[in-house]
Amino acid sequence: MTPALAAYNIVKSFGQVRALRGASFEAYPGEVTALVGDNGAGKSTLIKVLSGALIADEGEVRVGGEAVHLTGPQDAKARGIETVYQDLALAPDLDAAANVFLGRELRRLRFLHDHAEMRRRTATAFADLGVGLVQDMRQPVAAFSGGQKQSVAIARAAMWASNVIVMDEPTAALGVIQTEKVLELVARIRDRGVAVVFISHNLPQVLDVADRIEVLRLGARVARFRRGESDVDRLIAAISGAYTNEEAQK
Amino acid sequence: MTRAKEILRTPTMVTFGALLLIIAAFSIMAPGLFNTPGNFLQLAQNVAILTVVSVGTTFVIITAGVDLSIPSGIVLGEVFAVHALEMVGGLDTQPGEVHIGYVFAALGGAILAGLSIGAINGIVVAYMKVPPLLATLGTLGAGLGVALILQNGVNTSTYALDPIGHGSWIAGVPNLIPIALIIVVAGYVLLHMAVFGRHTFAIGSNPEAARRVGINVERHLLKVYLIGGVTAGFAGFLSVAYFSTTSIGGHSTDNLQAVTAVALGGTSLFGGVGSIIGTLIGVWIPAVLKNGFVINGVQPYWQDVAVGLVLIVAVWLDQLRRRSRNRG
Ligand SMILES: Nc1ncnc2c1ncn2[C@@H]1O[C@H](COP(=O)(O)OP(=O)(O)O)[C@@H](O)[C@H]1O
Ligand SMILES: [Mg+2]
Repeated sequence: MTPALAAYNIVKSFGQVRALRGASFEAYPGEVTALVGDNGAGKSTLIKVLSGALIADEGEVRVGGEAVHLTGPQDAKARGIETVYQDLALAPDLDAAANVFLGRELRRLRFLHDHAEMRRRTATAFADLGVGLVQDMRQPVAAFSGGQKQSVAIARAAMWASNVIVMDEPTAALGVIQTEKVLELVARIRDRGVAVVFISHNLPQVLDVADRIEVLRLGARVARFRRGESDVDRLIAAISGAYTNEEAQK
Repeated sequence: MTRAKEILRTPTMVTFGALLLIIAAFSIMAPGLFNTPGNFLQLAQNVAILTVVSVGTTFVIITAGVDLSIPSGIVLGEVFAVHALEMVGGLDTQPGEVHIGYVFAALGGAILAGLSIGAINGIVVAYMKVPPLLATLGTLGAGLGVALILQNGVNTSTYALDPIGHGSWIAGVPNLIPIALIIVVAGYVLLHMAVFGRHTFAIGSNPEAARRVGINVERHLLKVYLIGGVTAGFAGFLSVAYFSTTSIGGHSTDNLQAVTAVALGGTSLFGGVGSIIGTLIGVWIPAVLKNGFVINGVQPYWQDVAVGLVLIVAVWLDQLRRRSRNRG
């Protein structure tokens, strides 16, 4: 199978800091791929390259097997790649529908927005995704709990991601029940055939949700596991450098 | 949530309730004097010019900005209007004469003045990242200075705009009222129904979120300050039309009045929240208070005291609302 989104031998430096040193990564349609690694391993930098927010110094990004040069987040979005950043990037004073359609409003008479229709479509999409916010459709998202906000951000990305959805630590700030809900949402998005990429530090959670796990260490991939091939101890070994199943790249 | 609570959550409804209370109180205190159609038409005419600038200010404040340069926008609008009249030879139009061409020349001048000051504000705030308070404080002083230089410090009178400032297209209704109403409706559509307004709220709420979805935040802010400038320039045009003269010293607190009106109307100075209807109510509260005090023989200066207190309460309520909401 061709990866929906892949990166090969990516190098990215910030001044003296070599954040990525020949990193590779692959995510397949209909699979959850978890990206794990120690703090500073380069995970966030890598997904920024994948989502067009950063341009790599070297290396190749492929979308559906085709080498592309992502010029920015809008370019990535146009290719069906949506990203949920750690800080969510919602407008707290707007309601869920306004957030979901922000920047791509449905229009009437070219310059007016069609809020009723946007609200309807948002409600439908949320219902399909099992995000139970329909009764709160008129509330500004500031009134939502952390988990609900996270769900809005993910559902928004899911509504537009025809290809890949990338999430940076989507459950880091959530409680147990909210985390459970978000993970269900992740699985449902995966089942629609989208490639889901997510970063997490919670290894039991990663083992539970991910179909594939890729381990990043010091800016390069050091291990890959399919579901069932790994356990917490082995992941920790890979993250800390005691285990690798990847030929040294460079 | 109960309906009553829901209503109390919207600051606009709170201020609207306050306005109704004030009107009811004065109507009881001065029946047949305060609550007459004539008095309300007079009030509407009195607030028309402030209404126009406050509509522009609403957009600016929703982006979490502020426009202190309104007085210079208005005065430059006046000055450019009379200079345009002078250029086309219309300054000495006699009362009763109607030259539509002169009216449009003056309008063009006033709008040009507003666009200029709005463009400077927008560029300095959006692209040079100077805080709006200071950027527009700068253009406030500079614009007034330019106006005084252009006028050599004296006012120019003209009757060329009488057809705008003194006529009644609708029987018994002074022209300034429908003109202000058109601006209010246009502002309402642009802010609440148009994509432009949606993006204005989004930028005030979280500029980073707006940027991430591909909104050109800087360009949008420039447009918002252009709206602020144009409404000020247009208000200057109306001011010349109404008073038949420039009033280069007469608008120095219009910025504070506009900000007061907007804040009273429930628009948050922190950005992201606001409404044109609220602003309309906020314009009326001080005007009604002043009018009612005068009619009831109370020293009109009490209006300033009352408005100050009402303003503090309104902003405090907004704070409470934000805090409780963000906790949720
Ligand atoms: N914008 C930046 N400027 C300078 N250094 C950066 C920047 N972004 C990341 N880095 C550095 O790059 C390395 C990798 O960071 P990051 O990708 O955030 O790691 P992770 O998400 O795996 O914790 C770190 O050493 C970090 O300090
Ligand atoms: Mg990170």
